[in-house]
Amino acid sequence: MLFTSYGFVAFLCALFVVYYVVPKKAQWWLLLGASYVFYAFAGLECLAFILVTTVSSYFIARVMDGMRRREEDYLTVNRDKMEKEERKKYKTAAKKRRFLVLIAGLVLNFGILAVLKYTAFALNNVNSVIGLFGGRRISIPELILPLGISFYIFQTMGYLIDVYRQKTEAERNPFRLALFVSFFPQLIQGPISRHSDLAPQLFAPHKFDSRGFGYGIQRILWGYFKKLVIADRVMVAIKFLLNDGAPMSGFYVLLLILIYSIQIYADFTGGIDITIGIAEALGIRLKENFKNPFSSKSTKEYWNRWHITMGTWFTDYVFYPLSVCKPMLKLSKFSRRVFGNNVGKRIPLYTATIVTWFLTGLWHGASWNFIVWGLLNCAVILVSQELEPLYKIFRAKFPRLTGSWGYGKFMAIRTFLLMGLIRSLDCYRNVRMTFSMWWSMISKQNIGRVFRQFGAMISSPEKNTFLGLSLSDCIIVAVSVMTVAIVSSMSAKESVRERLYKKPVLMWSLCGLLFFAIILFGAYGIGYDASQFIYDQF
Amino acid sequence: MEKLIEILSSIHPDVDFENTVDLIDDGILDSLDIVTIVTEINDVFDVTIPAEEIVPENFNSAEALFALIEKLDEA
Repeated sequence: MLFTSYGFVAFLCALFVVYYVVPKKAQWWLLLGASYVFYAFAGLECLAFILVTTVSSYFIARVMDGMRRREEDYLTVNRDKMEKEERKKYKTAAKKRRFLVLIAGLVLNFGILAVLKYTAFALNNVNSVIGLFGGRRISIPELILPLGISFYIFQTMGYLIDVYRQKTEAERNPFRLALFVSFFPQLIQGPISRHSDLAPQLFAPHKFDSRGFGYGIQRILWGYFKKLVIADRVMVAIKFLLNDGAPMSGFYVLLLILIYSIQIYADFTGGIDITIGIAEALGIRLKENFKNPFSSKSTKEYWNRWHITMGTWFTDYVFYPLSVCKPMLKLSKFSRRVFGNNVGKRIPLYTATIVTWFLTGLWHGASWNFIVWGLLNCAVILVSQELEPLYKIFRAKFPRLTGSWGYGKFMAIRTFLLMGLIRSLDCYRNVRMTFSMWWSMISKQNIGRVFRQFGAMISSPEKNTFLGLSLSDCIIVAVSVMTVAIVSSMSAKESVRERLYKKPVLMWSLCGLLFFAIILFGAYGIGYDASQFIYDQF
Repeated sequence: MEKLIEILSSIHPDVDFENTVDLIDDGILDSLDIVTIVTEINDVFDVTIPAEEIVPENFNSAEALFALIEKLDEA
């Protein structure tokens, strides 16, 4: 059931009514039922996979919890009989045993994800190597990839790690864990929640709160506006520029970078707005996943503002454990002894950063494009880090320039273009094609042709289109993008909806306007496909 | 505490670590800084800070970080 289908809207309306009518204690049961009904539409076989993750995680967490309680009991009873060193030894050994149980849970679940998502990619690479030596190719099995599997497995594995770290309580009721894993608004594209944040809200009774409910509905409308009016409309231009695998080169590549940036922003943030809006209407606050990412002045800042919950997942559960594990600390000591303090201290840090970004790329998709995408992001971050002393000198030498409004905008545009360039790896068939397209921006001079096509559309809009878009499409997209940009920049200073709440007539008039904009300008009908969200496939 | 301030100042000489209490919340320390600090602490204090202790509450101020080092040293 797609978020953009009429069926989903009907499902949502019915859920909202029943949710506030049933007894408060039954609300979470209703959400669990609704989540499973929602997921069942993705295919009954998908339910089997989510059940395996839920059941295995339930038992793994319970086993770890039981072990920890027994350890605590043992230490309480024997505290006086044990020396400090003995207690320390016991704690270390006990932690190791719990760690092994955790590893079993992680291997099982990440193993399922790896087999379903990466088998074809791995075998394709093996076949390429075999092909070099003239060997027989291995046939590639067709495996299903359950909707949202990367999201729910990451969220659930976060829960297991948090139980191991004693950051959250293990769920005693398996149905409660089932709801945490499958909570339908965030099931297919995040945000990736933490158990300690989400679980207490899922199981608390929720009274109808007209303000919260209204905010939720507004956020849902805002999400549909971004998705249907902007993202799905500009998809026509993306398809045009990619031209069925024979993409347009030269200046068209820059256009692709710009338009794809608009599309993925509207698509992903629109989807997250719908998700957060639904949860808010149900009385549940999810973590924000975006904070004006296109205003970022550096790549590092961009990644603190874009897909925040994925970034913090990788930082907390991959980057930090890897960076501060004993082998890495040993590597740090060794490399400093061998290469000196300056170079040596960078080796473990860079190793952990590269591994983290490699995995982030792989999480996004089973292809070299995504791996190169991750590694290029990593390279930009590390190079910026190394250049920081130079930037400092520059800032000290030109304080007026670097503190000016214009310089800030220049940095933001530079970051936007750089991120857009790297992001275009999503669009092209393979890495080689992407690099050749990037090169064509310099080597091929066709800017004149692009402007002539644009001019032709302006002069005779009834006969011509530009990148597959009519003049009216271009106007709708331009006005909508400007609206989103203005609202985003206003909300960076103060919440727009809080400001509007003080003026109810204006607020509901704007909501009505938004609703009619979605109905009138949403991309429906022939040539359009109120399609799945881009991040669903990750 | 002096040793800790020395470590922190070597990473960000321009920050007043004795009085700043929002090192993480204000984005003064990022993840790369944190790993450098953890590695230095391991060397200087012979204390290993596990990943689960890398949370804003422990890294928002030099005082909180020093308290963590003492807690881990005693454990």
